[in-house]
Amino acid sequence: MSNPDTYCIKTTGLNLWYGDFQALKDINLKIRQGIITSLIGPSGCGKTTLLRCFNRINERYGNVKTTGSTLILDEDIYTPEVSLIELRKSVGMVFQRPNPLPISVYENVLFGLKIHGATESQEKSTRDEIVEKALREVFLWNELKDKLHRRATDLQLDQQQKLCIARLLPLKPEVILMDEPCSALDSEATRGIEELMLGLIPKYTIVIVTHNMAQARRVSHECIFMLMGELIEHSPTDQLFLTPRDERTADYIEGRYG
Amino acid sequence: MSSVESKSNPKGSGVRRFAESAGIRRKFRQEAMVKWLLAGATGMMLVPLILIIAYLVFKALPILSVGFLLDNPVKGMREGGVWAPFVGTMYLIVISLAIAAPIGVLAAVYLNEYAREGWFTRIINLAVINLAGVPSIVHALFGLGAFVLFAGLGRSVLAASLTLAIMTLPVIIASTKEALASVPMSFRQACWNVGATRWQTIRHIVLPNSISGILTGIILQVSRAAGETAPIMFTGAVFFKKVQQGDMFPYGLLDQCMALSMHLFTISTQVPGVPMELPYGTAVVLLATVLLVNICSIVLRVYLRSRKKW
Repeated sequence: MSNPDTYCIKTTGLNLWYGDFQALKDINLKIRQGIITSLIGPSGCGKTTLLRCFNRINERYGNVKTTGSTLILDEDIYTPEVSLIELRKSVGMVFQRPNPLPISVYENVLFGLKIHGATESQEKSTRDEIVEKALREVFLWNELKDKLHRRATDLQLDQQQKLCIARLLPLKPEVILMDEPCSALDSEATRGIEELMLGLIPKYTIVIVTHNMAQARRVSHECIFMLMGELIEHSPTDQLFLTPRDERTADYIEGRYG
Repeated sequence: MSSVESKSNPKGSGVRRFAESAGIRRKFRQEAMVKWLLAGATGMMLVPLILIIAYLVFKALPILSVGFLLDNPVKGMREGGVWAPFVGTMYLIVISLAIAAPIGVLAAVYLNEYAREGWFTRIINLAVINLAGVPSIVHALFGLGAFVLFAGLGRSVLAASLTLAIMTLPVIIASTKEALASVPMSFRQACWNVGATRWQTIRHIVLPNSISGILTGIILQVSRAAGETAPIMFTGAVFFKKVQQGDMFPYGLLDQCMALSMHLFTISTQVPGVPMELPYGTAVVLLATVLLVNICSIVLRVYLRSRKKW
């Protein structure tokens, strides 16, 4: 399914403004398919904004202007023909705070399919299979197989976050974007999410924003360092942490700012 | 050793370290006073309510019966029951709500979920809040001008219901908006994120999670629609109208009607020689009507809440 030489996300000359404030400056990058790429940098450097460009969720947050091109699997996602609904099906997002919907675990997993009208024609057994498959992929099946009809908002925080990932899977996404998915979790739960991420590749391409550099080192294959809206360095993770090419990267990973 | 001891317990070994001091006792007294003050305020709110109801029921006791509800006023409204005004009030409540509730809820959904923040929406929100504060007599005059005269509906059930709808609409919009805004943003994000449209988000997540708040706002307006006299006085309610006893649908949309609030006003101030228990009985029926509608909506609310999706 994946090929390390194909690129999943490509941007050229990507600029983004919130009103008068330029949050992204001339971003050119190529993110490989089937691996985990992490975005690091100090607060306000634009990493979350960049992540949100990949499924155009930025546009729901008011006064945003974007120029340049963003290609997902060689298709420009900023042309008028692109349907945001189809785009968000194949580019899913996981947020800082787990956001399960206040319905049952079972319905949460199927929510995306239901929205797209796919569940009406399906047998119950097919739906059960989809739920089981998705929950197995996020290592939740054994914990939750007897609690499928409990309200998802009553689960533990890390189970909620895994469920939010599971909710994306029935839509068969290409890319999963994660915006500091572990920042609300303790270290035990964080390890659980990281294991799960490594289990999801190479089937899915994962881009993760993280504040935690140790996490970036543990889970990501490639690492992108950003500073004040600019992309400073994009290298394999080991290289970025051991022999950074740019002085500013070195300063950051040694903790001199941020 | 001794120096350590004196440091940790400077008052010497005989003094209890955790004993209550005068300052702490004062704080406890304060705490108790505040608690009683707050409880007292709650009690003060309850006492008049209970007194009013008890007084009304006590005064009306000699006349309260099923017959009082089902009979029409007779002998120049000095005897008989309240059937005609009771049915009239039911008409006004149902028709005005049927107009105001859907429009109010849909407008609130638009304002909260679709409209972009800007000067236009700000003006609309300001207008809604100000309209909610307009006195009912002003709505009455507007209803008279717009529905009775201009639209040519005459003084009728329809004109009175429209006037009540105009009066309750802004409050329904404001309370519905409040209820919608209390649904966490993260639920909406979760929906958009699997490719849901705004309407799907509203239909599947936002409305089911705010329905009880929306209904509460609407219920409060039922009481207002039932209780106001001024808006219906000029627009459709009359002192007296003869209807068949026990007739469930005595009024046409373009007929004039009686109403409980208007009837209460009439027999307590306009007709001489009305026995005292008659207005009290009417008031009890009015209260019971409002209570009944409220109970119905509470049952509906509990039912919708238990389903959480529909």
